[in-house]
Amino acid sequence: MSVRHALLALLSEGPKYGLRLRQEFEARTGEVWPLNIGQVYTTLQRLERDALVESDDAQGDGPQNVFRITAAGRRELDEWLRTPPDTLSPPRDELVIKVQVALRVPGVDVHDVIQAHRRHLVETMQRYTHLKAEGSEDDVGLGLIVDAELFRLEGVVRWLDAADARLQRLPAAGLVEMAYEQGQHKAVRR
Amino acid sequence: MTAALEVRHASKVYGSGPTEVHALRDVDLSVERGELVAIMGPSGSGKSTLLTIAGSLEDATSGEVVVDGAELSRMSRNDRARLRRRSIGYVFQDFNLLPGLSALENVALPLELDGIGARAAWATALESLESLGLSDRAGHFPDQLSGGERQRVAIARAIVGNRHLLLADEPSGALDSANSEAVMRLLRAACKGGVAGVVVTHDAQLASWADRVVFIRDGRIVDQTAQPPSPDSLLSSHNES
Repeated sequence: MSVRHALLALLSEGPKYGLRLRQEFEARTGEVWPLNIGQVYTTLQRLERDALVESDDAQGDGPQNVFRITAAGRRELDEWLRTPPDTLSPPRDELVIKVQVALRVPGVDVHDVIQAHRRHLVETMQRYTHLKAEGSEDDVGLGLIVDAELFRLEGVVRWLDAADARLQRLPAAGLVEMAYEQGQHKAVRR
Repeated sequence: MTAALEVRHASKVYGSGPTEVHALRDVDLSVERGELVAIMGPSGSGKSTLLTIAGSLEDATSGEVVVDGAELSRMSRNDRARLRRRSIGYVFQDFNLLPGLSALENVALPLELDGIGARAAWATALESLESLGLSDRAGHFPDQLSGGERQRVAIARAIVGNRHLLLADEPSGALDSANSEAVMRLLRAACKGGVAGVVVTHDAQLASWADRVVFIRDGRIVDQTAQPPSPDSLLSSHNES
């Protein structure tokens, strides 16, 4: 998430001090994403430079300085909220590459490699779920962030499961190589 | 702490000769009271077979299953049936509630089958429903309940009385994510209350509610998670990024 746009969103509710912006940012992200006060002031300086926020005291960014969003800042926030995130980048995921490489390295069982990653992902999911389980069900900020991470990680585990099943269906090592190379040729032609 | 469930060197073979299928191969599993363990694996990996053997619904071809210190293979048929009624609770994906009985009657049934009088059984069943926030649904029949409510009734039935072992097979498979989370919160709470829980699933989100996740493949346990580190480590990793 962009800290810049998160601060604009907090200022859209009304003028605020830097310290309060930090506290509200952390509270709304379920304290999963702590910010240091330096990050807050650096981002506010850039927002002010770009005329997206303005402050009472243009000379300094001390704790007494109150920031407010400008009309341009509201337009920027509105545009950002409606802009889809980048989901069309080419697949250069490190995990996908590791599984593809494991397929070609002699003496390496690709299913063992897949299982090692599956276990690591599930352990990470356990930590997030534990955070959710121990927190209050009314903590919406925490719930939204933890769920987003859990669904993302679950998607990666499901890809590993699908990859595992796909590779299991290949009958022999020689065919693994053949299938891989045919796939590469098709990918190149595409 | 004594393990509520111990599976020792359990194997299960279906059929014989050329049609022989090895569903489980030399599986060891120990679950303590207060612990929730997830068995995770793909379809056909043997996870449901392991659950039915652990719950005495089916016999292992070889190996031993010990529930609360009692070896199932040394028990008579009647004693095993009594153990299933008194000590083990089951939760299934399709709820398995009897359609002609109300929620209260469904929950009271295992107690009544165990010889407890109807009045006492109903009082205990109502307590179990109350603990899951379902007391206002006690008189409803299964077809008058939502999917989430039916599964909560099934959990109330599984934990009614003094059960020590809770076995669940894809307990939220038919539910949406909010109801799945509610079901897992209830199972986790039951385990924190001193029950030993085993959930089998192919779903990583469901498995992540467990204290320990055991991975099964081709009838063998191939891996398990370490004790999950504190969630504080998530905070530090965010700070670094």
